[in-house]
Amino acid sequence: MEIERLRYMADQIARNFAAQGEAEAVAATAEHIRLYWDPRMKAAILADDRAALSPVVAAAVDRL
Amino acid sequence: MGYEPQADFGTPETGAAETVRLTIDGREVSVPAGTSVMRAAALSGGSIPKLCASDNLAAFGSCRLCLVEIEGVKGTPASCTTPVAGGMRVQTQTPRLQKLRRGVMELYISDHPLDCLTCSANNDCELQDQAAAVGLRDVRYGYEGANHLGETTDTSNPYFDFDPSKCIVCSRCVRACDEVQGTFALTLDGRGFASKVSAGQAGDDFLSSECVSCGACVQACPTATLQEKAIVAIGKPERAVVTTCAYCGVGCTFRAEMRGEQLVRMVPWKDGKANHGHSCVKGRFAWGYAQHRDRVTSPMIRDSIDQPWREVSWDEALAFTAAKLNAIKAQHGASALGGITSSRCTNEETFLVQKLVRAGFGTNNVDTCARVCHSPTGYGLKTTFGTSAGTQDFDSVMQADVIIVMGANPTDAHPVFASQMKRRLRQGAKLIVIDPRRIDLVRSPHIEAAHHLALQPGTNVAVLTAMAHVVVTEGLAEETFIRERCDVDEYEDWARFVSEDRHSPEVLEAVTRVPAAELRAAARLYATGGNGAIYYGLGVTEHSQGSSTVMAIANLAMATGNIGRPGVGVNPLRGQNNVQGACDMGSFPHELTGYRHISDAATRALFEGEWGVALDSEPGLRIPNMLDAAIDGSFRAIYIQGEDILQSDPNTHHVAAGLSAMDCVIVHDLFLNETANYAHVFLPGSTFLEKDGTFTNAERRIQLVRKVMEPANGPNGQGFEDWQVTQALANAMGLGWDYRHPREIMDEIARLTPTFAGVSHARLEEVGSLQWPVNEANPEGSPIMHVDGFVRGKGKFVVTDYVPTDEKTGPRYPLLLTTGRILSQYNVGAQTRRTANVVWHHEDVLEIHPSDAENRGLKAGDRVRLASRKGETALRAEVTDRVAPGVVYTTFHHPETQANVVTTEFSDWATNCPEYKVTAVQVSPSNGPSDWQEDYAELSARSRRIAPAEAAE
Repeated sequence: MEIERLRYMADQIARNFAAQGEAEAVAATAEHIRLYWDPRMKAAILADDRAALSPVVAAAVDRL
Repeated sequence: MGYEPQADFGTPETGAAETVRLTIDGREVSVPAGTSVMRAAALSGGSIPKLCASDNLAAFGSCRLCLVEIEGVKGTPASCTTPVAGGMRVQTQTPRLQKLRRGVMELYISDHPLDCLTCSANNDCELQDQAAAVGLRDVRYGYEGANHLGETTDTSNPYFDFDPSKCIVCSRCVRACDEVQGTFALTLDGRGFASKVSAGQAGDDFLSSECVSCGACVQACPTATLQEKAIVAIGKPERAVVTTCAYCGVGCTFRAEMRGEQLVRMVPWKDGKANHGHSCVKGRFAWGYAQHRDRVTSPMIRDSIDQPWREVSWDEALAFTAAKLNAIKAQHGASALGGITSSRCTNEETFLVQKLVRAGFGTNNVDTCARVCHSPTGYGLKTTFGTSAGTQDFDSVMQADVIIVMGANPTDAHPVFASQMKRRLRQGAKLIVIDPRRIDLVRSPHIEAAHHLALQPGTNVAVLTAMAHVVVTEGLAEETFIRERCDVDEYEDWARFVSEDRHSPEVLEAVTRVPAAELRAAARLYATGGNGAIYYGLGVTEHSQGSSTVMAIANLAMATGNIGRPGVGVNPLRGQNNVQGACDMGSFPHELTGYRHISDAATRALFEGEWGVALDSEPGLRIPNMLDAAIDGSFRAIYIQGEDILQSDPNTHHVAAGLSAMDCVIVHDLFLNETANYAHVFLPGSTFLEKDGTFTNAERRIQLVRKVMEPANGPNGQGFEDWQVTQALANAMGLGWDYRHPREIMDEIARLTPTFAGVSHARLEEVGSLQWPVNEANPEGSPIMHVDGFVRGKGKFVVTDYVPTDEKTGPRYPLLLTTGRILSQYNVGAQTRRTANVVWHHEDVLEIHPSDAENRGLKAGDRVRLASRKGETALRAEVTDRVAPGVVYTTFHHPETQANVVTTEFSDWATNCPEYKVTAVQVSPSNGPSDWQEDYAELSARSRRIAPAEAAE
């Protein structure tokens, strides 16, 4: 899977949870990815460089 | 069922609970208060002669045939306009009445041609019946009427003729157009004997008038004046089968009227709970695609898409397909396979496709076209209310006081429900339209929206947040409801958020372009105007914040207490006939039937026990993810039933690249659709007329689909319904399925799905239809949901922050394109383009505002180039102020245009539903098709070649 696309998707999820505060946004983003992404998508973002992800997404991915 | 028209009781039901006793011709009768004497007589088995009365129209009292005598009442009142009274004694047949009626009938017949034997309505004509009923034997005035004989027949409508010579000016057609359809296209021209029915203005014919060809006038006509061309050509039907329409999500019930295996006409069924005897141009008339010469009736295969198709037997096609799928699975694993279920197929067929993918292929890579329309509804309503469906039945609209229509165009996309909504609006309900375009509901005959919030595309969440701001800060929230029914802490968080100054209509006006005062007035009206009902469509869901918008709608409804009773609610208008059903049936990659997540071990165990296989606990790929994974090489085969993703999905280049990268694309469809240009296997499908099963409409109503003719995809009697094809493919892969009828599949669904526990074909036969949930708590189904509490427990307020889309206008692409539908065409047009509906819409056109057109030197009818960052196409311009400056609009019905060449891959953050409604574009003059259009036309022609059959030895 093209990693740029997955980063964009994850970031879009995080942006929509941002109004709930950072801690909640991290938890909600992680839960959303867990519920709706297929294993190869999860594996690709898990293997991604955390520095390339926004802080909320990076923290969410670490929770997967 | 033989062929007899449905009983007509003359005047509508009153619905009163109180009853009145009276005597008709010596018979004691008890009927609801307010019932007409005519209806009371009909209900008690009598039949008073009538011509201008029909039970779907208000009593009119013009034909003077239905006169009766009532003890103590002077004269001979018309029974249709006289309500019953307690103790009334009515005589329906006396020598005086007989003489009066004969006299009236003589006048009618003196001006009516006596060509009964060669008339298309022969033996199915109310005038003929009534002449017999009154004992007409002679006409003293002669038969050379001066006013209605020898007129020219208007044959302009493709489906019905208007022969004014046969008209008796009963006004039923005019009243049906007004009262039932609500278009007001017909009128009476002239007076007295000289009065004539006229479509539109003087000089108009039916086609050039405002007529929307719904068929209500044809159905209302008591003579052959308005008559289906098919009846003229074929003759009177001999039997009728009740079935469910396969067009939009309204789910109209029809009588398919047959002669042998030939369909003569579709007539709306008065007992249909979704349509109450009404129809639109698609369901009523546009069924000719079922017999169109383009239908492919033989299976076909090829090794690569450069080759021509090879027609083969079903056995060979299924063996070829199964071998390919098994080989890909062996080499690349189950996750390289997937499928797409169809929202046009039955619940039973959809269920089998997802079963084949999950239990047979061994993966959860199954998705459905709701991905690209209402997946955000699924997510949003599940999150806030606890279940993924609309809250009301359609009839609820008749108790609404304020109606919000947001991002939907019901008069085009859900016309039969729109007629019902318009009836309520004419009774006085108020309307708020939230849409960038001035849709017909904003202003049409006898309809005018109180507020039209013509927002900038992409700012739905901002508009709804501003409305919520008004509700909360002006103290209009329904606090008792919120305290009792919702999570109060979450409400308070939400209320704090929407109350911030930055969410006021005044601040957000810069973003939404909706005048703050107008928005405030609309919010106040919704919050304080009585029962508030919200209806929405794809203008809500097909955005990067589709799911947020659905949740913002739910928030607004909860905050104002507009949930859980008739007249209120949150109602998605579903696009396709069975898109609700396809979602219910576990078509999404993360859910089993009844919206239960695949990671839930108890639910999985239930299915594993029934199916005898282990299921993967991880969600599968969604359609856009499948295409990404195909380009990546990890997704290699797909089974697509009844869906044309090349034309319907966004960014056509990307879809084509994904499909081209796959080793095995299986298309199961009626026609060689656009996706089939990239397919290796074509399995011919069956139409809704050729199968048994059920569809579920937008109000969760499950209705039977009944087979009226044999499937065309095999020699007579040896064709296959779509569920049989899926079963044959499963068995070619060694799964050993043994369903003998769709009712057995529904029984399996009911065993596995708590919300369907009480559903079976036998129950549906018995009661006509059921609205899920149908279970122990609701054995008769659930017209209204969340009555005593939300399905999830407490209603959940979700903070929905406005996040602007990343699709931005700029100097190169300064306009915003939004896409949609038109009345006469349906979705990708595969069906409607193959009917006479093309007379109304033979090409997609681009609506552009006069100022934008003038700036570009464009005038109406010019061919224009429509370009986005993703691609370009060419089509004709229509200059209109229906769209605001800066906004352009087109439809996606024609593959020659392929509007989706220009749409982007931006999608809803939660569900990946594509953002069809916002694409930055430029429009400029053009003198021909784009390069892409030319290349695609060439590829299409090459890909659709079929190799000549080899000569037998």
